[in-house]
Amino acid sequence: MERLRRTMMYVPGNNPAMLADANVYGADSIMFDLEDSVALSEKDAARWLVYETLQTIDFEDTEIVVRINGLDTPFGRADIEAMVRAGVDVLRLPKTDTAEDVKTVEAIVASVEAKIGRPIGSTKMMAAIESPLGIIKAFEIATASDRLIGIAIGAEDFVTNMKTKRSPEGIELLSARSQLVVAARAAGIAALDTVYSDVNNEEGFKAEVDLIKQLGFDGKSVINPRQIGLVHEAFQPSEKEIQEALQVIMAIDEANAKGSGVISLNGKMIDKPIVERAQRVLELAGISGGQHV
Amino acid sequence: MKIKKSAMVGTLESSDIQISITQNDSEENVILLESPVKHLFGEEIERVIDSVLTQYQMQGVVVKAIDKGALNCTIAARMQAVIYRAIESEIDWELR
Repeated sequence: MERLRRTMMYVPGNNPAMLADANVYGADSIMFDLEDSVALSEKDAARWLVYETLQTIDFEDTEIVVRINGLDTPFGRADIEAMVRAGVDVLRLPKTDTAEDVKTVEAIVASVEAKIGRPIGSTKMMAAIESPLGIIKAFEIATASDRLIGIAIGAEDFVTNMKTKRSPEGIELLSARSQLVVAARAAGIAALDTVYSDVNNEEGFKAEVDLIKQLGFDGKSVINPRQIGLVHEAFQPSEKEIQEALQVIMAIDEANAKGSGVISLNGKMIDKPIVERAQRVLELAGISGGQHV
Repeated sequence: MKIKKSAMVGTLESSDIQISITQNDSEENVILLESPVKHLFGEEIERVIDSVLTQYQMQGVVVKAIDKGALNCTIAARMQAVIYRAIESEIDWELR
């Protein structure tokens, strides 16, 4: 079954209490941050703290992502070395503008993996796109490495570059979100949405989650544990959707058993997109149904 | 290893430990610990600090630690960060 990435929770990398408790809130992925949430003077301390935490605390099946500093800073290369050694699941690259940015990081990751005897390619990557150039190059970025599991939009820098600002409706991000999700789907990787900073505006947050779900995103970055349940609730299929999906899968199984080429349910033909949507519904509902395509 | 300068790392927030390291007058290492749980975990905290000093072959330093309930991994992380700040050197992963 495909891993769900409905929520990716930011955890500041230099905060021991938050690191230790990160897994108790039920996010699909935890993202330890070495970048913007860490003061320049504390980059080394945060790197050691995340490294030692990952050596010690069992985060079970939760996906562990670390947002590293860019290679245009004095910290990026050391972050990569430490985090690959720490055995993170995914490195999140900030401010990715081109495919070359991904390939440059990948080369360093591969050299560290080779040095420590970790299987080459086992450290996955995701790219955060935060500029108009990055959006235009989104498909090239998304296909720059087999290690990429997803691309994400970072809205704050993006809207600043676009000479606008964020609004409750998010119209300023519509074009970028649309382009990013199309690029991710074309590349066959996940599309992750940006954070919603006003943690006290629950209605605004829910409206944004509904919007990005409808656009086709896999999930959203969150900055507060309170936001996790709201996202999971929005992505949870209704009982009716689950029943319909199960009927589709059962009809497929039945037709396969009979060797029938044409599959129908309640008089309607079932084709591949309908099956794939049914499988996605079952994945989101936590029910296995992925063996039919 | 010898330190080139005094250094400090960590905060006084809950679950953290603030550690400073300075040169001692002798070759001995000295650990000065403050902790609200010293009566229960003082020996363990000092053991973690001492093991990192040994790991990095540090001699003749004074480590002052103000603990706020840090886990062992936090203590080890803060120790390594403060040592590298004090010796002003690139990370040697062979020593980890």
